[in-house]
Amino acid sequence: MMDKFRNTQFYKSIFRGGGVPKSRRQRMMVVLNSVFLHLHPVRLPKHAVKLKFTWCMGGLSFFIFLVLTISGILLMFYYRPTIEYAYTDIIDLAEQVPFGIMREIHRWGAHAMVITVWLHMFRVFMTGSYKPPREFNWVVGVLLLFLTLLLSFTGYLLPWDQLAIWAITVGSNMARATPFLGHEGPGAALLAIGDINFVTMGSDVRFALIGGRFMGEAALLRFYVLHCVGLPFIIMIFMAIHFWRIRKDGGISTPV
Amino acid sequence: MAEIKNKESATKDPGRRPPAALSKTKTVEPITRRSFFSWLTIGWFAFAAATGAFFTMMLRFFFPNVLFEPVQTFRAGFPDDYTVGEVDLRWKDKYGVWIIRNEEGIYVLSTVCTHLGCTPNWLVSEQKFKCPCHGSGFYKSGINFEGPAPRPLERFKITLADDGQIIVDKTIKFQQEKGQWNDPEAILSV
Repeated sequence: MMDKFRNTQFYKSIFRGGGVPKSRRQRMMVVLNSVFLHLHPVRLPKHAVKLKFTWCMGGLSFFIFLVLTISGILLMFYYRPTIEYAYTDIIDLAEQVPFGIMREIHRWGAHAMVITVWLHMFRVFMTGSYKPPREFNWVVGVLLLFLTLLLSFTGYLLPWDQLAIWAITVGSNMARATPFLGHEGPGAALLAIGDINFVTMGSDVRFALIGGRFMGEAALLRFYVLHCVGLPFIIMIFMAIHFWRIRKDGGISTPV
Repeated sequence: MAEIKNKESATKDPGRRPPAALSKTKTVEPITRRSFFSWLTIGWFAFAAATGAFFTMMLRFFFPNVLFEPVQTFRAGFPDDYTVGEVDLRWKDKYGVWIIRNEEGIYVLSTVCTHLGCTPNWLVSEQKFKCPCHGSGFYKSGINFEGPAPRPLERFKITLADDGQIIVDKTIKFQQEKGQWNDPEAILSV
């Protein structure tokens, strides 16, 4: 019955190759012919699935990322990124919206993802999996860690409570002191012609980040767009590279 | 088309010249290796320039010309509106400043606690600013004397307009620990 179905044009048009994989080569082709599966290694060494070796931290990070993406999209149906509504919408989600626990899932998931990504990095370091030929994938991984932290940081502002506002005030004040790019940073005074400064409170990197000279509406909107669209878009590109390179670099590293 | 036909005839009969009458209007110049590369170079430069211009646009896009922020410079009435020796609370909610007049003149204090940014209260009976969050205390001058606040309150620029009104500019601040309170714009002599 199943075999018959697999030989229909309907099935074959969707799953390239079609038919029941019989030989080793055909089983391999199933993986290589699927856009989702082809990111994975075709075959896994037995040790690679041992929890003791991988801790499954990379996989968990990806799983949590999916949870965050889904719960995040759901939250976007209720949350409005304006000073007037942002805080009350979070309260509304927590207290009135059915299954508003979605917000807690998103929040705790975000904490968990930061932890699992760090642990994943720790595991990769301790097993020496950053060594050639995997050195480039280590660099991609560091970028992913950086993007994860940025996602966490931008999401922090969105509830628009005192904790959020002051955390981002402090965080964006660091940008103020960036060399050459921040108006209070070293070298900023050098970028001037006569009395005209090019790096001022209204033109430095902090200004670009929060869309103004002070924390306000513009900062909230910028962080919202970065959190929901900009950063997820970039992190997904690097995640695809990261997973694909694991396969290309010879699968999960082997214990010595 | 003419190019392809030339090729065909060339393979069929290497010695024969391509028939000139094949293209009705005018003959198409054959693409040489050299012209291909020069066009390719121009193409790449154009592409790079367009991409560069787009990224420049994108960068500039993040620096708006008009800001929808609270006004940072405002008129605070005439010097005579303020009594000597009193802390004036009328601008506290709207602009986040206290205007204080003493024998020397008028100065503007920021209502942002230098510890963690809460808003202290002016306690008339004790003649001090007291922060409700962690108990920092400041004298009327803005100097900190108790609690965790690490430095005095900040002062803002104060000047007189042509019509004799006080102008407060919050974009320019003066910090005591940097010795900026001696600046003529940090206090308005009346």
